[in-house]
Amino acid sequence: MKVHAQRLVAARLGLAVLTLFIVSMVVFGITGLLPGDAAQQALGQAATPEQVTALRHQFGLDQPAVTRYLQWLVHVVTGNFGTSLSNNLPVSELIATRLPNSLVLAGLTALVSVPLALVIGIASAMYRGSLVDRVLNVLTLSTVAVPEFLVATIAVLIFAVKLRWLPALSYLSDVSSFGGLLRTYAMPVMTLCCVIVAQMARMTRAAVLDQLNASYVEMALLKGATPMRVVLRHVLPNTIGPIANAVALSLSYLFGGVVIVESIFNYPGLASLMVDAVTNRDMPLVQGCVMVFCAAYLALVLIADLAQIVSNPRLRQR
Amino acid sequence: MTTNMIEVKGLRVIAGVAPDPVVEIVKGVDFTVKKGEVLALIGESGSGKTTIALALLGYARGGCAIAGGSVKIGDTDVLSLDARGRRALRSRTVAYVAQSASAGFNPARTIMDQVTEPALLHKLMTAAAAREKAVVLFRSLALPNPETIGDRYPHQVSGGQLQRLMAAMALITDPAVVVFDEPTTALDVTTQIEVLAAFKGVVRELGTTAVYVSHDLAVVAQMADRIVVLNGGRVRENGTTAQVLDAPVDEYTRQLLAATRRPEAELTMPDEARDVPLLEIRNLSAGYGRIDAHGVPAVRVLDDVSLKIERGCTLGVIGESGSGKTTLARVIAGLVDRAHGEVLLDGKPLPAKLSERTLEQYRRVQIVFQNADTALNPSRTIADILARPMNFYHGLRGAPAQKRMLELLDLVKLPASIAKRQPGGLSGGQKQRVNLARALAAKPELILCDEVTSALDTVVGAAILDLLAELRRELNVSYMFISHDISTVRAICDEVIVLYAGQCVEAGQRDALSHPPYHPYTGLLVDSVPALRPGWLDSRRAMALGTLPVLGPESDVRELCSFRSRCAARIDGKCNVTPPARKTLPSGAEILCHHSADDLARMQSMETVTA
Amino acid sequence: MNRNVSSHATTMLYEQPPADAPQEQAPVVVKRGALKRLVDRFSVLGLIGLFIVVFWLAVAFVGPVIAPYKGGAFTSTEVFGSYSPAHLLGTDYLGRDMLSRILYGTQYTVGLALASTVAASVIGTFFGLIAAVSGRWVDEVLSRLFDALISIPSKILALVVIAAFGSSIPMLMMVAALAYIPGAFRISRSLAVNIMTLEYVQVAKARGEKLFYIARVEVLPNMIHPMLADFGLRFVFIVLLLSGLSFLGLGVQPPNADWGSLVRENIGGLSEGAPAVLMPAVAIATLTVGVNLLIDSLRRHGARSHGGAQ
Repeated sequence: MKVHAQRLVAARLGLAVLTLFIVSMVVFGITGLLPGDAAQQALGQAATPEQVTALRHQFGLDQPAVTRYLQWLVHVVTGNFGTSLSNNLPVSELIATRLPNSLVLAGLTALVSVPLALVIGIASAMYRGSLVDRVLNVLTLSTVAVPEFLVATIAVLIFAVKLRWLPALSYLSDVSSFGGLLRTYAMPVMTLCCVIVAQMARMTRAAVLDQLNASYVEMALLKGATPMRVVLRHVLPNTIGPIANAVALSLSYLFGGVVIVESIFNYPGLASLMVDAVTNRDMPLVQGCVMVFCAAYLALVLIADLAQIVSNPRLRQR
Repeated sequence: MTTNMIEVKGLRVIAGVAPDPVVEIVKGVDFTVKKGEVLALIGESGSGKTTIALALLGYARGGCAIAGGSVKIGDTDVLSLDARGRRALRSRTVAYVAQSASAGFNPARTIMDQVTEPALLHKLMTAAAAREKAVVLFRSLALPNPETIGDRYPHQVSGGQLQRLMAAMALITDPAVVVFDEPTTALDVTTQIEVLAAFKGVVRELGTTAVYVSHDLAVVAQMADRIVVLNGGRVRENGTTAQVLDAPVDEYTRQLLAATRRPEAELTMPDEARDVPLLEIRNLSAGYGRIDAHGVPAVRVLDDVSLKIERGCTLGVIGESGSGKTTLARVIAGLVDRAHGEVLLDGKPLPAKLSERTLEQYRRVQIVFQNADTALNPSRTIADILARPMNFYHGLRGAPAQKRMLELLDLVKLPASIAKRQPGGLSGGQKQRVNLARALAAKPELILCDEVTSALDTVVGAAILDLLAELRRELNVSYMFISHDISTVRAICDEVIVLYAGQCVEAGQRDALSHPPYHPYTGLLVDSVPALRPGWLDSRRAMALGTLPVLGPESDVRELCSFRSRCAARIDGKCNVTPPARKTLPSGAEILCHHSADDLARMQSMETVTA
Repeated sequence: MNRNVSSHATTMLYEQPPADAPQEQAPVVVKRGALKRLVDRFSVLGLIGLFIVVFWLAVAFVGPVIAPYKGGAFTSTEVFGSYSPAHLLGTDYLGRDMLSRILYGTQYTVGLALASTVAASVIGTFFGLIAAVSGRWVDEVLSRLFDALISIPSKILALVVIAAFGSSIPMLMMVAALAYIPGAFRISRSLAVNIMTLEYVQVAKARGEKLFYIARVEVLPNMIHPMLADFGLRFVFIVLLLSGLSFLGLGVQPPNADWGSLVRENIGGLSEGAPAVLMPAVAIATLTVGVNLLIDSLRRHGARSHGGAQ
């Protein structure tokens, strides 16, 4: 990569780190500073002022906000997220047990959805205006808007209740065999895939169409190339960047969907851990989960941006 | 017996698909082209010339369809071929050179890859043979570094070179017919001449039949043996070049010729010698990027420019792309910051920042832009657009405002009914007139015209120029007329300055452009403008395709002559070492050059004599 | 589900209308029926979307009035009952009529989402305009701030705020707006910045106009059309967010119930395939899909007839 591109990449990385800092400030601000006095809440209405003050001192709440934030930040960066209020275990330990599960789920979803979406997206772009394209357009348009729990409930209804092929809940103990793996993950992955595939296919189609409308495509046709050749040799090399961008962005939507899916299927992942933490108002756990999620999300978006930068021939060759 | 290479009969092309309204864009066109001949299709935008050119390849753009007629290339009836047959025809028998080379090349692949593609597609030769042939073509098209230029990517190569590479791509299969679709329209005039010379040379050498599409009669006069004039999808005139230029039969052709051959307006001297010019600029520098210790920005767009405009006079600013002429207008209007220098309006300094100017200062200087489409707010009516400056500057409202608006519309020769419409429905010429009316609504003293006719058709643009001249006579308003087209500037300006790479290389009365001596760049400009007589290009070939004198390594001085990289008169040891001195030519013009006025006169007259 | 338009996407969620799309029909001598004209303007799918949207909007207002069973009346002994003439959409886990429950819940789903969307769009557009029209510093600060907010997936952000502040109705509205203001900001800023480069804005500046005038008269009217499309999109996101939160038990709290809560409280009927679980989810789907169809058809047909930024 040439110098100019390197500088751009470095700038993007720097920006990502800066954004992560601001995000941490926002998160800490919302969870740590605003909700009012944690000490008061812990002790209840009947506590005497001295008890409250003592507990506040113990929690470190009487220090200025900036100090508290910086202390918290240092802890986070070193991996110490504090202790969970609901079960007194270190937050990092809880996260460490649950995170791999979520990663597996996300990974499987990506594995299934990306090829499918690419095929649908590229095919609809190539045959734009045809019946296939219009039907696919309506389908993806509708699927994108459908709530995950509807897809999940319908899937459970069909596969678990009526057909009895798959279990309604996911028991991770079952993953020893490949068949077991399939059965456990089939429905959560299917639910997640539904919306992600639709979103990814739409963005892929737009990216490919963008290139198909470029003037050099007309020139290629006037050279006597067949439409297939035009797509394969001329358009696709130019679309790799935009498509990678589309894929990375669509995958980032997993972060929202996984919350619902893990809850509805009782899947022991990071998102369901966070939902429990929120229900119990377990602040340290909430903070920990959020930071992990945001870091991962930012990483994915960063990859999307970098794909755009790197694939631009002007930057590669200069 | 020379047979007809191309025969077009009754060609009809429509746009739109039923049940939506269907418009005929080509309404029954006939013409023939003999083998080895060059035919020009000339017309303005919307005349259908590109559509006809594409139909020769059996291609219609999206939304259009070839509805009738026949196109025969040699013995093949193109329109009766199926898709496969047409693909076999394209680039093998008929090749196409597109208008915008940067759009015609795929940015992600090398040039050699794309130039050899037609040969490989039609399986005419091996890849190695195709490469060799490509290099030979590069050489005959006078491209620099023919052996290595193919390894570059399109964005690393200049516009003029790309256009020639596109011609190489078309010629690599030795097609019987080559269609050139406005290939030089997007190029500077000094680049255009090289490209035209290269095209003409190679077409003649190979004996290819060519169809040349353009809107510029002068260019066409150089390239074509026969001319077909198109208007509104119909053929208006069809004849040899000489006949069409000297004795046109059709009224539209005459209009076109009249618009191209504009007579020069009379010089108006300022009626009294005023000591204070209306606008004076001293040592103006502007640019982008960080400003160093000397007050010079990292990217210099304007460098030490000075000029004067007297009241009631018109100053023409001539420059090509990258000369900084648009920035000059914007700096005066306050839209772009200046790094250094002064702008004086009526002797008083004009602040650089818009926020520091007074209402009067805003009013006295108005700007009219090139692109009429984006210069009018699409969500407002013409009446609203004109009412605002009247209200803003003069507090005119209600009935007096209405009256004044009708006056303004009358001034720019627009019907009163146009006031209720929105800009979206107006033609390019009408929009430009509204632009002018908006500028006039403020009762300005100086109007900055930034390439106001460049985006318009020749005939429409000529009408705007007439309007500008008339307004000047009636209102005694001054213009700064910015353009890249010397003939336009010569038509309405009293004084001119020539900008090159941000520097003012020549400044003087308009007559200074009529005959040598001039600054070498001015000389190149003047000589590059195609004349309306055939044979001009051939006489210029030596100049167009000649090599420049060798120049050694350069010294580190900042103010070296900006034209040294392209100057045919550059002197090794002078031009690359010391900055040029300011000289006054006999015509009164001031230039920056190392050569004396006599030397220049000699060199430049010699060129015209040997022409 | 976080479907924000990301800060970094150059590939927009929107597609450009195909270049060869047919022109709008000019009024011809033959007088065509009003219905036919509507179909031309909206396309069949768009009309379906329009109908659905209008239907639910109407129900949001008159739902409680037309519901067959008022309030939380227990009208049946059968729990998770199936479709029947007395209970068109079955009964819920307590024996209440699902149709009435859904009709009552429409206010919460549609009303809350609409209020949040209006807030998000208006605030986002406002800041976007400011960022585009003001100088570099203001633009940078605002952009960094909203960039950071966008970097938190919307569901996660909502969860964080709810963890801190609870889930009362005003808080839900604020949370939904907060999660989607950055997206509206991003789009409106990008539209405004593009418009600012056009010459008619330059002319206005050179004329000496103040920034407020330029924003109000030159920029805003030419942005409205795309922003309306964005408004619809945002509405869909917010409906999904709020119903998702209710489904998790963190949204609208009992005794109030929006459609998401209805799914949650009836989840026990899933193994029987009871309509009580399915119908509220289907209702949400019809609303969001309808809006999507409507916006899509508006975008295809409207983009051609309007000038300004696209």
